[in-house]
Amino acid sequence: MQASRKSLKPLPYILIFPTAAFVALFTAWPVLLSIYQSFFRQRMNIAKFREPTFVGLGNYVDLFTDPYFIEVIKNTLAYILGTVPISIILGFLFALLVNRKVRGIGFFRLAFFHPMVLPMVSAATIWLFFFTPDYGLFNSTLRLLGYTGPENWTGNPNLALLSVVIVAIWKNSGYYMVFYLAGLQNLPIDVYEAAALDGANGWQTLWRITFPLLRRTTLFITIIAFIDSFRTVDHIFVLTSGGPSRSSTVLLFELWLERFEYQDIGASAAITVIFVIILLAFTVTNFITSDRREA
Amino acid sequence: MDSISIRKTLMKFGSWITNLLATLLALLWSVPVIWAIIASFRPANDPMSRGDVWFSNTLTFENYTRAWSLAPFGQYYINTIVVVLLILAVQLITIVLAGFAFANYEFFGKGWIFFFVLLQMMIPTSALLAPNFSTIRTLGIFDTRLAIAIPYFGSAFGTFLMRQAFMSVPRDLVDAGVIDGCSWWQLILNVYLPPSIPSLIAFGLSSATWHWNEFLWPLIITISDKSRPLTAGLVRFTQLGEIGAQWSLLTAATLIVAAPLFITFLIFQRRFIQSFVHSGLK
Repeated sequence: MQASRKSLKPLPYILIFPTAAFVALFTAWPVLLSIYQSFFRQRMNIAKFREPTFVGLGNYVDLFTDPYFIEVIKNTLAYILGTVPISIILGFLFALLVNRKVRGIGFFRLAFFHPMVLPMVSAATIWLFFFTPDYGLFNSTLRLLGYTGPENWTGNPNLALLSVVIVAIWKNSGYYMVFYLAGLQNLPIDVYEAAALDGANGWQTLWRITFPLLRRTTLFITIIAFIDSFRTVDHIFVLTSGGPSRSSTVLLFELWLERFEYQDIGASAAITVIFVIILLAFTVTNFITSDRREA
Repeated sequence: MDSISIRKTLMKFGSWITNLLATLLALLWSVPVIWAIIASFRPANDPMSRGDVWFSNTLTFENYTRAWSLAPFGQYYINTIVVVLLILAVQLITIVLAGFAFANYEFFGKGWIFFFVLLQMMIPTSALLAPNFSTIRTLGIFDTRLAIAIPYFGSAFGTFLMRQAFMSVPRDLVDAGVIDGCSWWQLILNVYLPPSIPSLIAFGLSSATWHWNEFLWPLIITISDKSRPLTAGLVRFTQLGEIGAQWSLLTAATLIVAAPLFITFLIFQRRFIQSFVHSGLK
């Protein structure tokens, strides 16, 4: 029986073929195509650059010597640092608040989670109003607190990226809450009983027991939060279009601009390759380190 | 007061503070959607101004009818529903077959093939939109609903999830099925699938949510209303010249796009949340 299973029989290959074929066509092939195209100069909107010419690493050199692209990298880092840690901390806080036996807890769960099921473009359209100058809800609220500062959030180069970050935090925190909630509900009760017997107070229990026990959950959430922060730019389209003066352009939005606005095949291929390297480096490192730690 | 009653008072105070904090945060988090719902019923001839952005004296449904007449939301609905169902139908077949193969058989190159499929989880499709756009052009299906759906027909995540579910089916049950003379598809239908239905539903719900809400890929791969889904249609709508800052109209359109999924979520809240947990944790 076992011997017959470990074989070259065609059935398992046939069953996997559809999945593997689609992965090959829409994940593996595009990566290879981008690597190839990134060594050529090809711009569809300039007649003499229409045919690809080999330029070696020219596209990469151009990107990394372009102060504008460096700005995009900085924006991307700022976006990640602005969204990932805060959404995760809020997710943890929400999970603690919801993981109690209190009446009406369903309402709290709903309140924190519902942004997750809205399309990002819908969420951003609603928030567009919040950031509106003068009578926008955001400014009105800040005025109540005595703040009369900047008015046009999405139109101010210093605040545009922050507006985008705020919407992402609002949308994602409830999603991360759900994973912490699952983690909290699977924690061993006897550890808490022992801690209570030892006279540990709430804070000590939280920081010495709950948080360390949820380390694996935190790692997992960090991975999805990181990937999420790279692959969602829908709200940028609605709120700022990457502006003003490109102050809220992040990597994926820049990729879209290069390919579909400037029609620059070579540059967009190089950005795709950089993108893939960053994502692979991050996920592979995490897979390896988490495996080692758990083994 | 002795120390125990001090502690009790402190704890009572602490839980009171916690409740207050939870209530404040929950209200804060709900403001955008609640405002949008209220604003969408506000008459268009009652524009918002400073300190007057919530209620109006009259309620009206006309924003919804006007939004519907300004853009072909009916067609967008059909497109989104067709895309979501098409993806679901194909995915359910591909992930069950592949998950079964990985869970049930030992075969040459299994580990490498599995790793190859998992690549899709590490490199999200949105990073590859430029080369995939060329592929779609080459396939000659640009600006179709099929083009929106096809990159998702194989799912590494779904395959992974089904493999996990199938591997937790007791080996004795599988062996009994084999002895009874079950063919491979009878094994799937009678032995593997019944206990794995929760995993399948969890995957289906998160897949449907994801694709209902997806924006960037449909935006670049469609150009006409005949294939454009709700999300891309909404962004186009907000950019129409005659819309401007008519917030009641904008919120109505926003809610038209979000409503079906949102209402389904409200009804099946528990199931939804459990599905997201289930599909996220191994």
